[in-house]
Amino acid sequence: MNSTSDLQQQVRKVVEMKAIVKRFPGVLASDRVDFELQEGEIHALLGENGAGKSTLMNILAGLYKADSGSIKVNGKLVTFSSPKDAIAAGIGMIHQHFMLVPSQTVTENILLGLSKPRFIMDLKNYDQKIIELGEKFGLPVDPKAKIWQLSVGEQQRVEILKMLYRGANVLIMDEPTAVLAPQEIDILFSTLKNMVAMGKSVIFISHKLHEVQKISDRLTVLRKGKITAGGVSAEGKSRADLARLMVGREVIFSLDKKLSIPGKVVLRIEDVHCLNDKNLKALNGVEFEVRSGEIVGLAGVAGNGQKELADVLTGLRHCLEGKIIIQGENIANMDAKAGIRHGVSHIPEDRTHVGTAPNLSVTDNVIMKNYTKKPIARGWMLDNPSADKYARELKDLYDIVVPSVNTPVRLLSGGNLQRVILAREISSEPTFMVAMQPTRGLDVGAIEGVQKLLLLQRDAGAAILLISEELEELISLSDRIFVIYEGEIMGEVTDGDVEKIGLMMTGTRQEQLEKMEAQYEN
Amino acid sequence: MKTDSAGNLRRRTILPFRIKFEERISDVPKWYPFMISFGAVVVALLIGAIILLLGGGNPWLTYAHIARASFGSIGVFSDTLVKAIPLIFVGLACSVAFRMKLWNIGAEGQFFMGAFAASAVVLIPILPETAPKWLFIIVMAAAGMLGGALYGFIPGILKARFNVNEVISTLMLNYIAVAWNNYFIFAIWTEAGFQMTKVFPQNAWLPRLTDLGSEIPFFRGLTTHFGLVLAVIAAIIVWLILYKSRWGYEIRLIGDNPKAATYAGIPIKKHIVWVMMLSGALAGMAGMSEISGVVHRLQGAISPGYGFTGIIVAWLAKLNPFAVIFVSILFGALILAGREIQPSGVPKMIQGVILVCLIASDFLIRYRISIVRQGAEA
Repeated sequence: MNSTSDLQQQVRKVVEMKAIVKRFPGVLASDRVDFELQEGEIHALLGENGAGKSTLMNILAGLYKADSGSIKVNGKLVTFSSPKDAIAAGIGMIHQHFMLVPSQTVTENILLGLSKPRFIMDLKNYDQKIIELGEKFGLPVDPKAKIWQLSVGEQQRVEILKMLYRGANVLIMDEPTAVLAPQEIDILFSTLKNMVAMGKSVIFISHKLHEVQKISDRLTVLRKGKITAGGVSAEGKSRADLARLMVGREVIFSLDKKLSIPGKVVLRIEDVHCLNDKNLKALNGVEFEVRSGEIVGLAGVAGNGQKELADVLTGLRHCLEGKIIIQGENIANMDAKAGIRHGVSHIPEDRTHVGTAPNLSVTDNVIMKNYTKKPIARGWMLDNPSADKYARELKDLYDIVVPSVNTPVRLLSGGNLQRVILAREISSEPTFMVAMQPTRGLDVGAIEGVQKLLLLQRDAGAAILLISEELEELISLSDRIFVIYEGEIMGEVTDGDVEKIGLMMTGTRQEQLEKMEAQYEN
Repeated sequence: MKTDSAGNLRRRTILPFRIKFEERISDVPKWYPFMISFGAVVVALLIGAIILLLGGGNPWLTYAHIARASFGSIGVFSDTLVKAIPLIFVGLACSVAFRMKLWNIGAEGQFFMGAFAASAVVLIPILPETAPKWLFIIVMAAAGMLGGALYGFIPGILKARFNVNEVISTLMLNYIAVAWNNYFIFAIWTEAGFQMTKVFPQNAWLPRLTDLGSEIPFFRGLTTHFGLVLAVIAAIIVWLILYKSRWGYEIRLIGDNPKAATYAGIPIKKHIVWVMMLSGALAGMAGMSEISGVVHRLQGAISPGYGFTGIIVAWLAKLNPFAVIFVSILFGALILAGREIQPSGVPKMIQGVILVCLIASDFLIRYRISIVRQGAEA
């Protein structure tokens, strides 16, 4: 017994990161983080979005430079100034978005950027090498196939091969399952197990607890740039434990919030199904209601269908099945205009790409939703003076700091841009509002302002669906919270119980939770 | 840190200073883009002068000659205006489409279809030869616009329905339009076997200044025609549409950010078709005015590439309808000078250099350039 445990302690450390600090403007993304990777293990890195997982791994992969701290690879101190240096040290990162050339073959992609072959490609020879490499690690691919012909799972295999070909011993996988279908996930997992058996080490970045439990040997949990659990064994950790480490318990600062008096049902959605941009199922039979005068929160880890839900509700995404009923009319699969007619307003997640036209003026941006209405519209003409007047009124009312309303909005700061959108969406006196991450990227003062505006709208009788990854914000603003996981609503929380929300966010249904509770009480 | 400073050192040894590009974060004053464009033209003329010098010519004399040949007297200036008229129409056509980021390269084909449709009014004939002049002008203009609009409709609907790249489809349609025209002038409307139709009756001609020569002797011999008035009216209409109308707002919104336009509930596909048709109608009007105001018959060589020059005009005018008028006059002058200057490629070369300089000058509007002395920046 003793000798085996000794052996285990002498497992070679492949990577040692010590006291890594990385500061971005306004954020401490990595706060004296320590991280260790042993040879032949799958080490999961867990945390919410923005917890600092990707930052830490980008530092290890040579994409970012740490402000302070040290990195040792195989016991030797290293400094990486580019991914090339990291690969030379045997560390390869596989990003969520593949970096492959669609019109070229697998072999060509793998050889891209290498110094050999120099001039004559001699692809036949290299095709054979890649087949051999694939066989060795259980990654079967056709080296002659063009990338565009491959499925997403196969493309991921090519990315892995690319790193192995470059001699990577440590593979960093950034949310590798996010783009995969369930069967492909199983294949990936067996490949990963295979690779660690061959002596490679894998860092597995994820926020999906069941996957982490299934695949990892040890795990490290990050929250807001800090370690909450470092290198602990994955065995014996329940999902509830992990959820608590990930989400944490925070003192919820209270807003001056009156009791809500919900009125009639404004929005009812029934059995809504839709696909995401990669044609995978994003929503799977979502159903709920939002009444006037209440804020309904939607909690969930990013990428579980929130964006797609917001898109479907505002006419920006095709809905496969189901009904979206606003004020009695089914507006599923109509364009955005149908919703606007019913007073639907939308604060999109992606402000610059969806919410605004960057080269147009503040005026042109605030009239986007009401340029067809008087007094801004005068027949087929636009009444520019009254549009400018309207814009100036909003500028004063919402404190938009801008020299003139004719300034193009691309010159505005993030907070001001968000105010332009809020001004437009709120001033239309919406009956129903979808607010997605309305306070993301704002400073504390601005956050409070936005939250107050949302509460004011609620008290004025608007029905609001608040989609956010900030749990504190959700709990303090919402009157009740739904939790979404992999396109399905896991349940509803009315008392703001963080632990319950955390468990649902990671895929436990409300019924299961209640059963568990009943068991505890017995 | 070590590697960083080493990298800087390597750079430092090459030059004693470094040129820094920074994206502008504040708005530029209104006059700035115009100054930059003007500067770009000056630089282009300098580059042209160097090329002329290398070619063994005298740049100063050449430029003076070009100026004299196109602006030297009221007579040649009138000819310059005649060349500018189709350019104004086509420049406007491109401005409208480009404003929505629809790359209509097919103004040339739409020009030919406009000319064809306007000629058809006389040649089928739709109107008898004795019809009054005002009726001829209205019907021919309507036919020209319709012909161009229908020819713009094809790539428009293809893009809206099947997402066919409009650059390719409009470019290819140009060749079809020329061939279509040739078929009619060779086979159907040919006059005694020549590759041209008969001359239109006087009633189908746009009125020219010289027509007033008997009353106002000053106008005698001046070929500037009524198309100029129509072109200026078209510029005003395009300006009203783009900057004063709801439709123009939608076009600008789609052009700047199609996602935001979808989000605001604007049906982009419908607009693609309509804007392509408006663009085609304007180019078709160019064909009509050229046929009815200058050539007075349908024939093969009615365009020295007006449709393509229009692209340059629109770009040079920064898609501003009124600037299109002035730029067209400049380019009309260069086309006219092509007749006088030998080799005639010189004005074309100057056109090309101007375009390259203008496109390059855009950089100065988006970026600020500063020269940093080494050591000044730690």
